[in-house]
Amino acid sequence: MGISLLGKKVGMTRVYTEKGVSLPVTVIACGPCVVTQVRTPEKDGYAAVQIGFDEVEPRNSTMPQIGHDMKAGAEPMRHHREFRIEAKDAGEFSLGQTLTVEKLAGTLFVDVIGTSKGKGFAGVMKRHHFKGMFASHGTERKHRSPGSIGSLCSNRGYGGGLKKGKRMAGHMGDERVTNRSLDVVQIIPEKNLLLVKGSVPGGKNGLVEIRPAVRLYKGKANKVKAASK
Amino acid sequence: MEDTEAGAYDLDPGEVGNCEASMTSLIIEEIEKSQIKAQPGFQPGDTINVHFRIVEGDKERTQMFQGVCISRHGRGINEMATVRKLVDEVGVERIFPLCSPLVAKVEIVRRADTRRAKLYYLRDRAGKSRRLRDQRRGVKHNAKDGVPIPGQEAPKAAPAAAPAEAKA
Repeated sequence: MGISLLGKKVGMTRVYTEKGVSLPVTVIACGPCVVTQVRTPEKDGYAAVQIGFDEVEPRNSTMPQIGHDMKAGAEPMRHHREFRIEAKDAGEFSLGQTLTVEKLAGTLFVDVIGTSKGKGFAGVMKRHHFKGMFASHGTERKHRSPGSIGSLCSNRGYGGGLKKGKRMAGHMGDERVTNRSLDVVQIIPEKNLLLVKGSVPGGKNGLVEIRPAVRLYKGKANKVKAASK
Repeated sequence: MEDTEAGAYDLDPGEVGNCEASMTSLIIEEIEKSQIKAQPGFQPGDTINVHFRIVEGDKERTQMFQGVCISRHGRGINEMATVRKLVDEVGVERIFPLCSPLVAKVEIVRRADTRRAKLYYLRDRAGKSRRLRDQRRGVKHNAKDGVPIPGQEAPKAAPAAAPAEAKA
């Protein structure tokens, strides 16, 4: 799958194209990331690259962590992520190597992975977009309830209990979310900024992973094909 | 205070990954800055003439929409102006994103005194009560303000922002 870059969500704004189309964009402070470890099949049994992002004051890190980053010749990093790579690509990465947003130059579409904002314990209308019950017609105290959750049903089609995976109220948000195939609007290498079209999971200053899009629908795939020609 | 913060940002562009909460808004401002166009200081109540570009295939032409500005909302790059005019006694309103490259120019035709920022009440008015009080009777309306007095040629009447817009 290749490796992702790490970044921080800065916020949203708009960008006007020359044709006057207003694009909603999310600004991501993307990189620079440092390769803090290269895992090889010989030594570790699999090939992967570990990268660190966001320098942190040493007093806010731990001694083992600082030592680990020091091996790569890097400042202490706040975040570390490991990405599996093909064994043959392992030669491309070396300890202490810096990966910047320029790595995404020429990429038309990216996937952005982040942790969504936590919503707490949410009802079914908010969490699963259930319709709820009538506002009137005799409905009392059940306007936002899920209604019947099953009768004599089971995974086998009969018997007591509920069907597995029945959608109910519960904790919502604060989970890993991938926004796929977002258009890259602009890359500003000198400021390590990446502008993508549309929204990105999580709040401001939230950690996000950015990788070239892995799955494109036909229209976008054709655009990539046309651009590579 | 803003200057020092902005200065720090200029000195250390590579460090934006370590941005503080206040840093985020500075970065956004920096991105928006290049797109924000200076606007002539028109206010709700003023009659303005909006020149906007229409692109049809390869061809491009400029159309004008003249009417009363009944609302300005949003700030900076998000700023919009609602312009209302009458076409065959039917009210027509258009909302223009002022920083859009399609809005080539905004001219102030006439200024008027108003008591509120949103003139939505004009929609319900007909005939004489639709008129707004002309600002010309006051001191605010003069060439120094950059407001041309209708029917009177003033060499420096154009607002300071006009050259920048003409290019855009």
